[in-house]
Amino acid sequence: METEATAKSSNPREHARAAASLEFRDVSKRYPGNDEPALRDLSFEVAAGEICVLVGPSGCGKTTAMRMVNRMIDITEGDILLDGESVRSRPPAELRRHIGYVIQQIGLFPHVSVGDNIATVPRLLGWDRRRVEARVDELLELISLPSETRERYPAEISGGQRQRVGVARALAADPPLMLMDEPFGAIDPITRERLQNEFLRLQEDIRKTIVFVTHDIDEAIKMGDRIAIMREGGVLVQYDTPDRILADPKDEFVAQFVGLDRGLKRLALSKLGDLSLQAAECLPDGTPVRGHADHHRVVFVDDRRHPVGRLGEDGEPEPVGPVGKPDTSLRDALSLIMSDANRPLVVVDADGAVAGLARVDVIASALAVGNGGHAAREDAAR
Amino acid sequence: MNLIVAAGGGPVIPNFGGSADKCAQNNGLFCWHWFTSHWGSIFGPALVQHIVLVLIAVSIGFVIAFAAALLAYRMPRWEAPIVIVSSLLYTIPSLALFQILVPFTGLTRLTVEIALVMYCLLLLFSNIVTGLREVPEEVRDAARGMGLTPRQILLRIDLPLAVPAIFAGLRVATVTTISLATVGAFVTNQGLGAPIFDAIGRGNFKTEFLAAAALAILLAWVADLLLVALQGVVAPWASRRRSSLVPRGVVRAIRRRPRPISAVREA
Repeated sequence: METEATAKSSNPREHARAAASLEFRDVSKRYPGNDEPALRDLSFEVAAGEICVLVGPSGCGKTTAMRMVNRMIDITEGDILLDGESVRSRPPAELRRHIGYVIQQIGLFPHVSVGDNIATVPRLLGWDRRRVEARVDELLELISLPSETRERYPAEISGGQRQRVGVARALAADPPLMLMDEPFGAIDPITRERLQNEFLRLQEDIRKTIVFVTHDIDEAIKMGDRIAIMREGGVLVQYDTPDRILADPKDEFVAQFVGLDRGLKRLALSKLGDLSLQAAECLPDGTPVRGHADHHRVVFVDDRRHPVGRLGEDGEPEPVGPVGKPDTSLRDALSLIMSDANRPLVVVDADGAVAGLARVDVIASALAVGNGGHAAREDAAR
Repeated sequence: MNLIVAAGGGPVIPNFGGSADKCAQNNGLFCWHWFTSHWGSIFGPALVQHIVLVLIAVSIGFVIAFAAALLAYRMPRWEAPIVIVSSLLYTIPSLALFQILVPFTGLTRLTVEIALVMYCLLLLFSNIVTGLREVPEEVRDAARGMGLTPRQILLRIDLPLAVPAIFAGLRVATVTTISLATVGAFVTNQGLGAPIFDAIGRGNFKTEFLAAAALAILLAWVADLLLVALQGVVAPWASRRRSSLVPRGVVRAIRRRPRPISAVREA
């Protein structure tokens, strides 16, 4: 799909120009008059199309690292390679036009309309008017903003809409790499969650390489394909997938940073659909049952196999209670089970028909996979 | 009062228009007939001269202040010297300034223009610099991060966003200059100051005095409204949310009134 899109550059819908790979190679940053470097020998690679989250406490250099990619901050030592080519090989302004840039305060231009804001980089690149117009329309649709917003000034739209416009503006020229510095940081939790989900859905389509900076480990776990955990003094402590980091924090700092509830956080990464379910015994609604050996396994269903009731301990039918879906996270499933007196959770498939049962011990055993390593060694050492 | 006597000189022989106009003969508070019949000979030309005086002074002042502001914005070490010089100019009493200039430039319009330009420099300079400085840092950061060159950032971001502050400065400078330009009649017999001096010379001829003063006030008011309207055209985004006939800009302009002495001290 990507190769096809790149081949047809005349098409204004020229989507997903192949995402770029990114490599930090022994990157250091020193400021004059300061003995301690702001970044120390940072090395990691981000595969094309992945979201890499830089996370850490303030002062860890995560924003500095991000801003060195588009040369907003100069590299002191080492190099940053974009598709194998040093970012220093191009003039800064030229380089930046091909890298999307989103910051927490958004920085929309207050004196031009939403449409003109989005059109900024395409115009800098000299696209013709019709192509720019078409691209703006397309992006407004992509971020589900009504087309009349196009003529509004940024001050006339809501905070959530402004944030979306900020993302659309960064995507406008279809850059192979996006830099996002706490893009959802200044937004209320409910809107933030919605924007995060929207963005992840968007990313499934556009498959950009993204460097995402946050101080919020939960956001990092949610957004990242890979997470770089940094500590004060600009040191990269661990670079791994969210699952590996939660399962196997490299040291005490990471363990503390991800929190004591890292097990639960890890559960949030898997879905019921990934779990091997226990088979349910489906009986037509109204079937009399007496003295069943494992009453938990009995689910009464209607003629479409939708759950309508369950068998109680006393042999009487009971309401079906909470039901899980394939995309319910294990964390939510666990919560549902615990609020339902630890009964195994009825899981239905996409059509609503009973697929099986999820038991607490099966969910817990999902955590065992991949656990150990650093954490186990540290526990043993203690 | 001393000034008036000095300006008028000699004993005052009342001669109110020398016409058969009863009202004027009695030096009534405002003789409408005398006013209209002398529009063509006194007030009309004086008003036009006044407008020209102010337009030239504010235009030249703006060009100089704008260049100085860009310099101070790009190279902040230049700001202190510029502020010191323009504050000094601003604090020289106008009559003293005329005394200094006349030996060089004579009793000409040039003398008046130089003085007027000097007085609006500080107002314009400090407003333009503040306007440029107040461009939100995140807007500039986003512009840089998207690949605008420093020049593009100045032309497309900084200057347009400084427009409201620049206009606030222009409005104060214009109104101040319109009022100050009447003193210019002390040097050349031009502008709305001329009928005022003339009225004093005639022994405080009220009609002529009031008419000229009222025209100056009216001119200031109209000029201000025109500038507000012009700002609405140049920077529609700034007025979209509030309808601003007078309030915000004036309030801000007043708040921004320079503090010459402290500025000098700071420097």
